[in-house]
Formats: sequence, C-alpha cells, structure tokens
Amino acid sequence: MAEEMRIVLRNVGKISPLKIDEYIKAGGYKSLAKARSMSQIDLIEEVKKSGLRGRGGAGFNCGMKWSFSYKIDTDQKYVVCNADEGEPGTYKDRIIMENDPQSLLEGMAICGYAIGSNKGYIYCRGEYPYVVETLNKAIAQAKDKGVLGDFDIEVRMGAGAYVCGEESALIESIEGHRGEPRFKPPFPPVEGLWGKPTIVNNVETFANIPAILEKGADWYKGIGASSYPGTKVLTLTGDVVNRTYFEVPTNVTIREVIYGLGGGMVNGKNFKAVQIGGTSGGFIPEEFLDTPIDFDSMTTIGAVLGSGAVFVMDETRDIVDIVDRISKFFEHESCGKCTPCREGTKRMHEMMHRINKGSGTVGVMDLLQNLGNVMSVACLCGLGQAAPAPVLSTLKHFKLEFNAKLN
Amino acid sequence: MADYKKIINAYKDLPGGLIESYHAVQREFSYIPEEAVFYAAEVFDMPKAKAYGVATFYSYLKVGKRGKNVIRICESAPCHIAGAAQVVAALEKELGIKMGETTADGKFTLEFTECVGQCQATPVITINSKPYGDLNPAKVPAVLAEYK
Ligand SMILES: Cc1cc2nc3c(=O)[nH]c(=O)nc-3n(C[C@H](O)[C@H](O)[C@H](O)COP(=O)(O)O)c2cc1C
Ligand code: FES
Repeated sequence: MAEEMRIVLRNVGKISPLKIDEYIKAGGYKSLAKARSMSQIDLIEEVKKSGLRGRGGAGFNCGMKWSFSYKIDTDQKYVVCNADEGEPGTYKDRIIMENDPQSLLEGMAICGYAIGSNKGYIYCRGEYPYVVETLNKAIAQAKDKGVLGDFDIEVRMGAGAYVCGEESALIESIEGHRGEPRFKPPFPPVEGLWGKPTIVNNVETFANIPAILEKGADWYKGIGASSYPGTKVLTLTGDVVNRTYFEVPTNVTIREVIYGLGGGMVNGKNFKAVQIGGTSGGFIPEEFLDTPIDFDSMTTIGAVLGSGAVFVMDETRDIVDIVDRISKFFEHESCGKCTPCREGTKRMHEMMHRINKGSGTVGVMDLLQNLGNVMSVACLCGLGQAAPAPVLSTLKHFKLEFNAKLN
Repeated sequence: MADYKKIINAYKDLPGGLIESYHAVQREFSYIPEEAVFYAAEVFDMPKAKAYGVATFYSYLKVGKRGKNVIRICESAPCHIAGAAQVVAALEKELGIKMGETTADGKFTLEFTECVGQCQATPVITINSKPYGDLNPAKVPAVLAEYK
C-alpha cells in the first residue's frame, strides 16, 4: 500500500512557520550556503541532474529552464514564484506557504544565485490575503537574519483571474496590466518581466530545491518515477473518505491514492470517475486506475497530472452536469485575447448546457467534439487548449451519460 | 472613510503598482469607487480606459459600490457537487436578496466565485476573504450573525 513521503512538506507541523530560528535549527538555509559555495554552472547541473520537473503543470525540467536565463548576460534578471494556484480543487501551494514559507524563500534565493538575479517576486493569489501576510512576515524575518544576502523578495497579489497562473499573463499582471498571455517565443527565461530574463517556477518546485541541494541529485532521482522523479503533493476532493492532502512518490497509482491514502469511496459507493490536475484535466474512468500518477504516464492515458488535484466522483454523480459547470468556468475565465478561446469557451458552455438541460441532439454532440478538437490546437495559451479536455474526455469515456440526456 | 487619493499615491513609485493600489483601496472600501479608477489613471499616467480595463479584468476587484461585507460562494466543481446550491439558497433566504445583489442596509453583498483554495472543506464561502468551510444551510444563520 502506498505511503506518504514528505519532501516539500518535510517541515509541516514540525516547525512554527513564523519562527525562522526553528527553520534554521531544522537545517534551513544550509542549502543556500552550499549553493553559494558552488559555481553557478555546477549548481544548475546538479538541479538538472536531479530530474526535477516543474510542479505547476507543464513539467519542464527545472535546471534546464534555469540554464536559459543563466546564459544571458544582462544587467537585470528576475526570479518569480507562481503562487496563483487557481486550478479548482487545488490548495497545495497554500499548505506549503502557510506552514513552511522559508523553504520557498530559500529555494528562490538558490535560483537567484544560479541565474544571477538579485530580485524575486512571489505572485500570490488575491484570495489568500492571510498567506500574503505570512509571506511578508517570513521575508522580513529572513532579511533581519541576513540569510538572503543581497537577494530581495517582494510579494505581489493576483486578483482573481485564473489565466494569471499562465506564466506570461502572470508577468503582465506583475507589470500592472490586464493579465493577458503573451505571444511566444520569446519565452520568459529569455524575455520576461519588464523584458528581462525571468524564471517562473511553481511554489512546490521551489520548495523541492533546498532538499535536493541538501541530499543530492542522485538521492532525488531515485525517488518515484524515473522520468518525473520525486514526490507530488495531491489534494483530494469529492466522494473520497479522506478529503485532505498527501505527498507521495510519483510512481504510486491512482488507485493507491484513492483507495489507499484516500480511504476509498464515501459510504462504500462505487467509483465512477476521477478528474486529476484540476478543472482543466481529463476525466478518468475505472479502467485506468492502475496508472502511476507521474507526468508521462498520465499523458499516455489522455489525462494530466497538472496541479495534483484529485476530484473523485461516485456512481451517483451526474457527469454531464459537472462538465456543464466546468465549461462555465472556462467561459468566465477566458481572457478574451484570442478568438478560438473567447468564442469557443462560450459556445462550448452553451452546448453543454443545452445537453444538460435535455435539449441537446446528436448533432450538438458532433459540434462539441469538433469545436473541442479545434480549440485544443488553435488557442493561444494553455487555458483555451486545455478547456476542452473535460468535454472531450467525457464524450469519449462517458458517452452513455450524454446519450441519456439527449432530446 | 479614508481618502482614496492618499491610498493610491502611496503606490505611485512602485513599478506596476496599479493593481496593488486597487487592492489597497478595496481593502478600505470593500470595492473600488469609479472616481478612484480615474484618479489612479492620473497617478500612474495612463489613459482612463486603460486603468478601467485593468480594474475590470480581475474578478476579485469590483468597480462600483457593494456592501460592507462581501460574501462569495465557491461554485467550482468540488463545491458544486458538495451542495453549493443549497448554501446559495439558504443565504438568499436569510438575507432576502438574490445572488449579485446587496441588502438595502448596505451590509451584505452576495457573489459567486470560483475556487478559493479551501477545498478540504467543500462547500466553501468567504466573507471579506475569510473562509468558512463544510457549510450547509443549517450553519448559515450562525455564520452571518458574526457580521450583523
Ligand atoms: C491557464 C493556466 C493556468 C496556470 N496556473 C498555474 C498556477 O496556478 N500555478 C502554477 O504554478 N502554474 C500554473 N500554470 C503553469 C505556468 O504557466 C508555468 O508553466 C509554471 O508556473 C512554471 O513553473 P514550474 O516549471 O515550476 O511548473 C498555468 C498555466 C496555464 C496555461
Ligand atoms: S472548489 Fe470550492 S474552494 Fe476549492
């Protein structure tokens, strides 16, 4: 049976988040000192070798990303932490920041040294004003102690736009603009905040860094799935007994998560579906439950690991109604910059709603399928590209439920 | 009530500080007065349309009056299946207003929101950003009483 393994949550419940001395006593800031004793290239190589891939959803090799910014010779570079956490069903970054803010600051400072940056921003969602307070206090303590050296960190607040989790939209928002994604390339590591090389990493990604430096790349690489090593923090919601968070090695299976740590289905009901990675993830039927949760294994079943949200639905749940609700989310959150997403999310919701209310036809289902296919490739950013995933995956795996609602 | 001009001016030299200044105004007023948006345009030296465009892009920010206490109900999928609709009905009944409306005494506004990141305790509402989890219709009166 799967067991928890705590790397990013190593200090949760063990230290007081607002007492930096406790963090230091637990070994905190040793990794930053170690990093600063290495050459920048060696440090980046170590992170690369650990195999750590981004925990924000895209799964890009972290050390590789850092190397792009490192290589550029310029007067200013930035380190940005993505703490926008807007993916419904996800609250893992909050757990990290509320319980162990110094880990995040240390990870960011290590990145700062690696790429040659003296300025970091944490972009924290506006719905977490209490987390912003904790972060500001933690930063003040770190400055007082002098542990960050000349690396400065500032917190900026998001304001309720899901799209601002997309890194270039996030950068626009820090600059004080509407959070609309940029055309790429150039990518942020080359041209990001105020046109300067910028590393954007997720909270969980940064929180891994001090542990990797402390115990070494080889140790990390040996944990979990070989192509996506380490652990992942999961947040369980829906019809599962233990609606809480867990950190597990990335080679555990979905079944172990739901029936092991998750404690199984509420009231012993039967399982119907699970949506992993947040609202933009695909729906997964029972036949795929033995898939490991790592990034690449999830891709092979047409799903994603994404943010690590695990939304479990039992046999009584109305899939079409849930997907109707989800398609409304995307209509609301589309920023409107590109036409396939602005129009597509609206029409998609319209059609889903018609089917849900019993006035859909086979023709509407065909249109939905077509529209979804077009959006997955034609939208400017990941929001519009992923928006059809819940619709397309349920059309594929739960078609009978759609059929049952047709006019 | 505080002067929004003073609040906004404090962010004048912060690069990209417009959004932070809006947050600060909203913390004080529970919304952003329209005049404050036009004033921010002056301070940050941009067309009014742009300052307005930024303020209205973000759903956490609200231009124009709303109640002193803003109640937001999460309607994202996990809260949706946990019974958010029943909580909405109970709040509407208790306050005598519909979603999107403000009570006549200006004390409460009801709004929908997407996930607020407290999904260990669905369904969730927030009042002035403070989360209340595992809600059900029976719990609604007691929660509201804290603000009456
Ligand atoms: C619509 C959309 C929303 C996103 N939301 C988040 C988010 O809330 N947090 C996050 O870390 N990454 C989010 N991402 C991914 C970021 O664009 C980016 O890949 C990530 O922050 C990079 O960090 P990582 O390499 O450490 O994962 C989102 C992407 C898209 C397209
Ligand atoms: S889904 Fe409602 S708080 Fe996250």
